[in-house]
Amino acid sequence: MSTDADAAVAKLEDVGVETRRIEPGEFAETIESVVDDPAVGVELEELAVSLADTAVDVDPTPAALKAAATGVTRASLCVADYGTLVLPDDDRGSELVSLFVDHHVAVLRDSDVVADMETAFERFDGDLREAMRDGESRTSRILATGPSATADMGELVIGAHGPERVTAVVLEE
Amino acid sequence: MAKSDEYERLMRTEGATIRENTQGFNEGRYESVAKLEDYEALKDEARAIKEDAIERLPELIEELREAVEANGGTLYVATDAADANEYIREVVAEREAERVVKSKSMTTEEIEVNEALERDGVDVVETDLGEWVIQLADESPSHIVGPAIHKSRDEIADLLNERFDPDPPLETAEELTQFAREQLGESIESAEVGMTGANFVAAESGTMALVTSEGNARKTVAATDTHIAVAGVEKVVPSVEDLAAFVELIGRSGTGQDITSYVSLLTPPVDSPVVDFADDETSLSELGEERDFHLVLIDNGRLAMRDDDQLRETLYCIRCGACSNSCANFQSVGGHGFGGETYSGGIATGWEAGVEGLDTAAEFNDFCTGCTRCAPACPVKIDIPWINTVVRDRINRGADPGKFDPLVDGLTPDAEGASTDDDPLGGATADAESDGRPPLDKRFFGNFERIAGLGSATAPVSNWLADLGPSRWLMERALGIDRRRDLPEFRRETFREWAADRGSASGTATSNATAENSDGRRVVVYPDLYTNHVQVDRGKATVRVLEALGCEVVVPDVRASGRAPFSQGMLATATDHAGDVVAGLEPYVASGYDVVVIEPSDLAMIDREYEKILGDEHRDALDAVADGSYEAMEYVYGLLEQDGRDPSGLVGAAADDAIERRDAAAEAGVVYHSHCQQRTLGLEGYTVAVLERLGYDVTTTDVECCGMAGSFGYKADYYEVSMDVGAQLREQLDAAGNADRVPLASGTSCLEQIDALLSRSPAHPIELLDPDSGS
Repeated sequence: MSTDADAAVAKLEDVGVETRRIEPGEFAETIESVVDDPAVGVELEELAVSLADTAVDVDPTPAALKAAATGVTRASLCVADYGTLVLPDDDRGSELVSLFVDHHVAVLRDSDVVADMETAFERFDGDLREAMRDGESRTSRILATGPSATADMGELVIGAHGPERVTAVVLEE
Repeated sequence: MAKSDEYERLMRTEGATIRENTQGFNEGRYESVAKLEDYEALKDEARAIKEDAIERLPELIEELREAVEANGGTLYVATDAADANEYIREVVAEREAERVVKSKSMTTEEIEVNEALERDGVDVVETDLGEWVIQLADESPSHIVGPAIHKSRDEIADLLNERFDPDPPLETAEELTQFAREQLGESIESAEVGMTGANFVAAESGTMALVTSEGNARKTVAATDTHIAVAGVEKVVPSVEDLAAFVELIGRSGTGQDITSYVSLLTPPVDSPVVDFADDETSLSELGEERDFHLVLIDNGRLAMRDDDQLRETLYCIRCGACSNSCANFQSVGGHGFGGETYSGGIATGWEAGVEGLDTAAEFNDFCTGCTRCAPACPVKIDIPWINTVVRDRINRGADPGKFDPLVDGLTPDAEGASTDDDPLGGATADAESDGRPPLDKRFFGNFERIAGLGSATAPVSNWLADLGPSRWLMERALGIDRRRDLPEFRRETFREWAADRGSASGTATSNATAENSDGRRVVVYPDLYTNHVQVDRGKATVRVLEALGCEVVVPDVRASGRAPFSQGMLATATDHAGDVVAGLEPYVASGYDVVVIEPSDLAMIDREYEKILGDEHRDALDAVADGSYEAMEYVYGLLEQDGRDPSGLVGAAADDAIERRDAAAEAGVVYHSHCQQRTLGLEGYTVAVLERLGYDVTTTDVECCGMAGSFGYKADYYEVSMDVGAQLREQLDAAGNADRVPLASGTSCLEQIDALLSRSPAHPIELLDPDSGS
C-alpha cells in the first residue's frame, strides 16, 4: 500500500496538488497550517481524524460557503497513476464545498490509494452494484486532477471556475 | 467570394492562433499517448465498446430509460432538432426559468437550442470561457474542443473591454479569466436551469460522464435545481466500467493532457443540496435536494447513420478533436474553413453528411486529402479518411445518403466518367452536376493514368505545351489547376520502357528459373504511375539497388493503383484499378516474388484502402499481395539487416548530379521528410535506419503533411492553403542545422512540393544508394 501512496504523493505534486503525508496525530495542526481563512468543511467519514478538532466551520450555511476561502472535504479515492482525487457528490454538500472555494483541501488515507484508473473503475462499479442491491443506484463523484484550468483566454491559466489551489492531506496508516 | 479568397482571409486572420493551438494539442497528444503502456490495446478496447454499444443501441436506450426513471429523472429521445428544442423549451417554461446556464456542448450547437430559448425571452449564458467568448462575439466554434482557439489573447481582451468597459482595461490571460469567472459566477448562482452535454452515458445506471477542465460543468449542475443534459444517442455505453478506457484516452487524444482537471461521473439528479447563496441560516446538510433531471437524447439523423455501413463508424466518435489537431490543412484554416454547420475537422464530413446532408459536407470535404495522419490519432480507430472518400464519392454522384445504394455493386466506371483513349477525361464536355458524374477537375485528376500515358507519349512536346501561358490559363479555367504550380514533367521514356530495354521487364510469374546471382530473392518493382511517367530516376535507382543487393528484379506491366481516382472520390474507377492490380501482382506473389512499391501512397492503397473497396471477393488474393508488398527502403532494410546482405555494392554513381548529391550528403548529412501515409503505415524508421547504416547523418521533419497531398496543391482553390502548409515544412528543412543538408523525401507529392519550396533539389532516398552502373 505504501508504495502506491508514495507514487500517489509524487504524482499529486506533479499535477499541481500540494501534498502533505502525515501521522493522524498531526492532523489538526496540519489543517490549521494549510487552510486560508475563512475555511469551511464537511465532516470526514471513515477516518481516525475529525474537523471538529480544527477551526474549520463544519457544515456551513450557503452564505458562509460563498464567503469561504478554503473548503475541506474527504477524497474517497486517489488514483496514483494520474494524481487524481475522487470527490463524492453527496447530500452533505461535499461537491459544493470542494468547488465553490479558491482553495480545496482533500483529506484521505494511504489505503484510499489505488494504482490505476482500471482499478478505480472496478471499485466504482462494485460500489454501484452494492448500492443497487440496497435499492439505490445514484452515486455521483468527480475525478479531480489538479486545480481547475483553462486555455481559452489565449494562454494556460490555473484557476478557472473551480479552485485554483488544491491541497491533499494524506493520513499514514 | 471565391473559395480561395475566403481561405486566404481565414489564414490571415485566424491562421496563426489556430496553428499555435492545434500544433500544441497535437504535440501534447504524441507525448501523452507515449506514456501509456499499451496505447493500441486501449484504443482497441475503446473501439470494441463503441462497436458493441452502437450495435445494441435500441436496447441500451431502453435500459437507460429504465435507469433514468428509477433515479427520478426523465429520458426524452428527440427525433430531430426541432423536437429536442420543443421539449427543452417546455422544461424551461415549466420551471419558469429566466436564466439557463450551459456548459460546453457541441450537440446543443447542432440543435441551436440557445436561439430557440432566446426567442422565448430566456437568458442563455455559456459558461465555458471559450464558448462565452464565442457567444459574446456572435461567432461559431472553430474547433470542437476549443471553440475559441482562433482568437488570440489580444482579440479576447479587446472584445471584453469593448463589451464591459472594465476599469482598468483587461490585458493578461489571468485578468481575463478572473473577470470571466466573476461575471459568469453571478450568472451561475442566479440561474434556475443548468444545461450540459454528456460525453458518455452508462445505460445500466444512468451515470453520465462530463469531461471538463474549468469546473463550469460542475457548477452548472450543482448550483441549479433543474439539470438538462443533451447528448446524441450515440453517447450511450453499457456500464460505468466501460468508461475507464475513454477516461484514459479522451484528454490525451484531444488536448494532449493525460486527463482533464475534472471528469464528473454523475448519476442525476445529483444529491447535492440545492443552495441559495444568500441563505445564512440553514446549514448545507439541512437543505433539501429537490432536483429535476431531464436527459434529452438526440437522433437527428444518427439512427440512419447507424444503418449506413459506411457512415456508422462516425457514431463511435468521442469528439476529442484529434483529427482536427493532426490535420495539416486544419492547422492552417481551422474549423471555419474545414468545417460545416456544427462540426469541424476530418470527422466533420461524417457528422455533417449524416446530420445535415451531403450539400453541407460538400462545402469542406475537399480539405481532407486522404493523408491519413488522423487515422492513428483517433482514439476509437475510425478510418476518417475513408469516410471522407465515401462521402466524396456520394457527392460526386449526387446521391442522397438515404437513398444510397451499396457502395460497389451496381456502379460501373462509366457512370463515373472513366476515361477511354479517345476521351481521356471521361466526357470532358458533359455537365457533371446533372448526370451524377464527378466534376471535370476531379475527373481530370482521377483519370491521371490516362493523362500521364498521353503526356509521356508526346513528351517533351506535351510539357512545353502544358507550360505555355494560354494553356495554363485554360487549365485554371477548365480544370482549376493553379497557374502558379509547376506541372509534373512527363518523361518520354517511361520507367517500364527503360526496364524492358535492359531486359528486366520480362520476368514472368510462372517462371521457375531463378537467376544465378539472385540469392533466392525475386522482386517485382511495381511501376506506379508517378515513377513510371515522372519520377523515373527513382525507379531506375530502385532496380539497380535491388540488383546490387543480389535480387532478381522484374518490372511487369501492372496498372496504376487507383490512388488518383480514389482521392477524387471516384470509387468505382478506383475499385476497377484495385482489381486489376491485385490480379496483376498475385501470380508473382504466388510464385515467390516479393513486391516493392516506391510510391508510399500506392503502397497505402494496397495495404490500407484496397480492403475497403474490394470487399470480400478478392480477399485471399489481396491478403497475399498486401502481405508480400514492401516500401522500397523497408525492403532494402530487410535485405541488409535480416538477410545480412553486403551493402558494399551500393557505391558508384555515374551521373554528375548523383555524384554531387552523394558528396553533399556525405559531408552535410541529409534531412528526410517521410510521407504522410508512409508514417501512418509505420514505415518511416526503415529509411532512416538504412541511411544511417550507410553512414549518413540523418535528421527528420515532423510536420504531418507536406501540403501538396496529391492533386490538392495543384487546385486553384487550395493553392494558398497548400503553400501555407508547405511553409511549415520549409521552415523545418531550412532550419539551422538542416539548411545545408540534402533534402530527401519518399512521396511524389512531397518531392514536388519541396522542389517548389526550396532552392535545393530533393531526391528519393533510394537515389542516394544508387550504384548507377549506367545501365
